[in-house]
Amino acid sequence: MGREGEVVAELLPEFERRHPDIHVKVQQLPWTAAHEKLLTAFAGDTTPDLCQLGNTWIPELVALNALEPLDRYAAASSIVDPGDYFAGIWDTNRIDGKLYGVPWYVDTRLLFYRRDLLSRAGFSAPPRSWQDWKRMLAAVSNTARRDQHGILLPLNEFEPLLALALQQDEPLLRENGRWGNFGGAGFRRALGLYLEMFQRGWAPPLGTATISNVWNEFGRGRYAFYVSGPWNIGEFQRRLPPDAQDSWMTAPLPGPDGPGASIAGGSSLVVFRASRHQAAAWRLIEFLSQPAVQRRFHALTGDLPPRRTTWTDPELARDIYSRAFRDQLERVKPAPKVPEWERIATEMRLVAERAVHGQLSIDQATQELDARAARILEKRRWLLARRGGG
Amino acid sequence: MRRAAAAWCFVAPALLVIAVFFFVPVVAALALSFTDFDIYALADSRNLRVVGLRNYAELLRTPLFWQAFGNTLYFVVVGVPVSIAVSFTAALLLHSRLVRFQAFFRTALFAPVVTTLVAVAVIWRYLFNPHYGWLNYALGRLGVSPIDWLGDPHWAMPAIIVLAVWKNFGYNMIILLAGLQSIPEQLYEAARIDGASVWRQFRHVTLPVLAPILAMVNILTIAGYFQLFAEPYVMTQGGPLQSTVSVLYFMYEEGFKWWNLGSASAVAFVLFLFIFCVTALQLRLARWQSAA
Repeated sequence: MGREGEVVAELLPEFERRHPDIHVKVQQLPWTAAHEKLLTAFAGDTTPDLCQLGNTWIPELVALNALEPLDRYAAASSIVDPGDYFAGIWDTNRIDGKLYGVPWYVDTRLLFYRRDLLSRAGFSAPPRSWQDWKRMLAAVSNTARRDQHGILLPLNEFEPLLALALQQDEPLLRENGRWGNFGGAGFRRALGLYLEMFQRGWAPPLGTATISNVWNEFGRGRYAFYVSGPWNIGEFQRRLPPDAQDSWMTAPLPGPDGPGASIAGGSSLVVFRASRHQAAAWRLIEFLSQPAVQRRFHALTGDLPPRRTTWTDPELARDIYSRAFRDQLERVKPAPKVPEWERIATEMRLVAERAVHGQLSIDQATQELDARAARILEKRRWLLARRGGG
Repeated sequence: MRRAAAAWCFVAPALLVIAVFFFVPVVAALALSFTDFDIYALADSRNLRVVGLRNYAELLRTPLFWQAFGNTLYFVVVGVPVSIAVSFTAALLLHSRLVRFQAFFRTALFAPVVTTLVAVAVIWRYLFNPHYGWLNYALGRLGVSPIDWLGDPHWAMPAIIVLAVWKNFGYNMIILLAGLQSIPEQLYEAARIDGASVWRQFRHVTLPVLAPILAMVNILTIAGYFQLFAEPYVMTQGGPLQSTVSVLYFMYEEGFKWWNLGSASAVAFVLFLFIFCVTALQLRLARWQSAA
């Protein structure tokens, strides 16, 4: 899918050389059409043998009973070593105790920040806790011009709020995903910080569509912090002039007290239940999971590898912008693993957007979210009740 | 009798195609709208529940549906008159003997209709840009302070209307132009001999002859504008604050983003019923007008 679909074609000749009996056909899909295509493929009984899957889609395809559990393959494998993978990422592939995918690359959100703007405000290091973060935002905003802001939290993305919410001890859904838990103290704290950043004028109430070029605006110092993902390392290196490269850096996401968690995102490799070449598909997963192949994959795409061994590569270790990601990956948590989650996350973004615009108070917002989640999860409750289990 | 049989044979292929590709899907969608078909039901048909009218009842209780309905109505009520007025003005200009290079202008004004919306949207997003956009630049010259066209919930729908009118007016323009060209020259001649001014010629010759065509253009445009989808889909994804979510966009998200095909079908039928009623009302109005 997307860029990975193009790049994997460059890795495959090596695989076919090592396994002359296996021939791989790659079908590339744009991300925007992938979800629909997979569901129609399932309905039409034409699923592939192996596929790259965004790890938030795994619960949905497991609900469809479309994926083959991989536990027995993984147990017998000398290459795929669960302990070498970042725990949070590995966990996104386990549903009800079974393994359905092997992480291919990881994606998480953390802080991109302007070192020069922070040091002008009197700070030599990025924030570690929410307290530090708020102090810095207040200080940066004090010295800012009128069109400058402390932080960019694009209103069309749910990830920044989700990351703050995952830092809390309480889960986002309760009773095995039957109900939302947005009224709980944890989510209220996360939403409270999120809204405070807008109410104090630290964050502008904008989406990325209205900013038109987030990289330029970051380069111009329109905001000192930006919560975003690994692909932006490459974008900033490419788009900002050489003399500006010293002025920005990445840092792990601050937590309520000390370094906090973030989202365990990314893509996994999965094998379909209907496939008649499951063993061969597993060989390809093993090939793509080798640290050496993952290093080449990283060099070609910039995607971050999911295994600790791959990160010991000197090239990766030298990349100063990736270091914060390496650190953050030890503290990533999966979003709730129910098929309805993506829709609930979208509602979370929409309700938060209304709260940012002052249409809802924090109490109203959390009540509204619990009500929407309850409606969305109605079918799940019915299915669980009928199955009569946990 | 034999003639009737022969006639049926001739229309049978067309009827068959219509039945298979039109009536069967419509009936299936109607049936679907009484169930809660979703991905769980796709996995296992035992997960399908027949819910009767619950999808419809739920829908009428969903605030976003009403918001989408209001947005669509806003788009139709403002967009249709503006669109027809622009089409009509353009058609009159093209028909006027004062304008030269008519063929060129006809093609140029029709061009937006046949260009891809996705490509056009890229250009328009730049035109609408609050900092660098030409639109705000032009307004700034007139002393209007910059408007955040696509980012401000109050301005996003007007921006969509501007785009949609620009994109679609050429189509009606051609229909109206054909109507204008079919008006016999003698009628104008007779009116001139009677001493009618240009305005009175327009009022008493052009408009009455064009009335049935205008009525048809009106009905088609209203039915088309109720199905607003592509413009918000490519420009705003329904934002900001869901101020550009249309009924069809709502249906698309419900059906193809979240795979609740049951409730998405219900949305489709509610929209169908509404467009049907509006069109019936218009037809009645048109008939009543021509009878009067």
